Amino acid sequence: MRGQSLLFVLLVTVAVGPADVWAASKNGLFHLGRVATPEEIQAWDIDVAPGGEGLPAGSGTVEEGQRVYAKHCAGCHGATGVEGPSPKLVGGQGTLASAHPVKTVGSYWPYATTLFDYIYRAMPFVAPQSLTPHQVYAVTAWILFQNGLLDKAAVLDRETLPKVRMLNRTGFVPDPRPDVNRPGS
Amino acid sequence: MTDKNEKLTPDERELGVLSHDTPVTTRPKEPPTRRAFLTGATSLFGVAAAHVLLAPFLGHAANVSGDPTRVPGALATEYGRRSPFERAKRLTKPQRSRTPLQDLHGIVTPSALHFERHHNGVPLIDPAKHRLLVHGLVERPLLFTIGELKRFPSTSRLAFVECSGNSGKEWKGPKGKTVQEIHGLTSTSEWTGVRLANVLSEAGLAPGATWMLAEGSDAAAMTRSLPLNRVLDEALLCYAQNGEPLRPEQGYPLRLLVPGYEGSTCVKWLRRLKLVASPVMTREETSKYTDLMPDGTARQFTFEVEAKSVITTPSGGQRLKKTGYVEIRGLAWSGRGRVEKVEVSVDGGKNWRTARLQAPILPKCHTRFCLDWWWDGGEAVLQSRCIDETGYRQPTRQELVEVRGTNSYYHYNAIQSWQIDKEGNVRNVQV
Ligand code: HEC
Repeated sequence: MRGQSLLFVLLVTVAVGPADVWAASKNGLFHLGRVATPEEIQAWDIDVAPGGEGLPAGSGTVEEGQRVYAKHCAGCHGATGVEGPSPKLVGGQGTLASAHPVKTVGSYWPYATTLFDYIYRAMPFVAPQSLTPHQVYAVTAWILFQNGLLDKAAVLDRETLPKVRMLNRTGFVPDPRPDVNRPGS
Repeated sequence: MTDKNEKLTPDERELGVLSHDTPVTTRPKEPPTRRAFLTGATSLFGVAAAHVLLAPFLGHAANVSGDPTRVPGALATEYGRRSPFERAKRLTKPQRSRTPLQDLHGIVTPSALHFERHHNGVPLIDPAKHRLLVHGLVERPLLFTIGELKRFPSTSRLAFVECSGNSGKEWKGPKGKTVQEIHGLTSTSEWTGVRLANVLSEAGLAPGATWMLAEGSDAAAMTRSLPLNRVLDEALLCYAQNGEPLRPEQGYPLRLLVPGYEGSTCVKWLRRLKLVASPVMTREETSKYTDLMPDGTARQFTFEVEAKSVITTPSGGQRLKKTGYVEIRGLAWSGRGRVEKVEVSVDGGKNWRTARLQAPILPKCHTRFCLDWWWDGGEAVLQSRCIDETGYRQPTRQELVEVRGTNSYYHYNAIQSWQIDKEGNVRNVQV
């Protein structure tokens, strides 16, 4: 397809003559870059959307997740996800409207898919993108279980993960600014 | 320079408190010393040879205590360095560094002092191996090399980038000490690159492509979703900053720039643009960069930086040593366009005077303001407020907190107050 349009441009150039070398672009295009192969796209296409689009094959249980967590995460996030020193992953439910809100996966995050996406791309901090999809499903399950959002027997995969109901799912509102000192107020 | 002068901090030098005390070097009545004679040899060959041997020491080390008109200076260098007398530096934490706003002039931030924020370090990227992938809801998924991106028509513009967490600790009270500590996560550069719209046209937008996910190739694989119709006009894929390739900490070899938008949307080390129908809801647009309101709801996709300004001289941690003339200087900016006007108060907001704006006054850019002031040695509270071209006026802290409470960590743009006591000490206060 790209070859064809390039050919078209060449034909037009020949037909119209030298004046056309001053054209800003051909049909609004510059014909730079090359078509990416499906393999090249797949290698980088790691994001996961709220509907589950982008979730890889595989599955994981809470129990497996506990082992993954103990080995790869607990050192920074604490034995049960609340001790730190890195961000608390567990708890804080009911605190968002208080003077001391505790924002965690359980209290604040609106989508379970975000948890998979973030761990898959960025954790563990010292070795990002080193876990298999299976391990990420498992540790995601464990963190959700710790927050009371999953049963101990639950299995997470690309079907079940997007269905997990997060506590703060409806807590986000679009930016309403200017909200202070509106022009003309 | 005398010993006395050398002890001065850059701030004190900038305030000019001792500018008349430096003794003038006079022509010596005695013959020059042997050392001065050697380096100042009259034979051209001698000078050149001495320069080769002494190049690293000449100029700076050799001339500091002498008269620079009596000693040949340093030779030309391949990549320049600032004077060793200048010490302005970023204030660093592992994942961020802050611009020394109090030490800057005009509106451009030197690239080496541009603030940094990264989520898992600055990657080292070979530009020859770097690729940008454009895919998702497009007619043709495309891969670009940096060389190809540089072949597109180029665009340059000045723009500020501000981290939305800038001044964030101030929500909870007057926490920071200096203007650098409090407001140093904002900088202005000239950015050069290709228009995002040009690159997306090559791939061709497919129906339903209304949002774009931008992803970096750092260890955080930083991602943000952006509404296409709002960013297409101005967004650039930048490969250069202030005339040279981007600094590594600014995204070398490629970054997104959405002028006026909070810094985290200007994804650095950019490797992927995915066209989608709705936001991906990444961690950086849900868990982070969202603002918790007093009722427990959180605001999301708060993109434009609202009008803000801050007085950089005199500012927190500095000291006025003498009464008399002081030029109050500062920076103002707005993510919604040009700075229309800056007003300054020296009595904590009771009376306001209009400051001079220094050209150039550019949209979505730091704008320098100045105002003449005579300090009489009394107490004062200095404030500035920015009014942008939309008519929006930078709020007082009280106005801001009344609406948003104090649990937002991001997007703090309240008026900054600097209190000056009778000794001339400048302190961060909230009035
Ligand atoms: C070496 C320390 C370290 C290890 C090991 C580690 N993390 Fe993290 N984690 C961090 C840091 C630091 C952050 C904050 C990063 C930032 O703010 O950009 C973080 C952030 C997170 C967050 C986001 C928290 C929030 O509220 O936004 C999640 C979720 C997370 N980590 C999960 C994990 C999981 C699961 C593992 C194990 C597979 C893991 N981490 C291993 C240090 C670590």
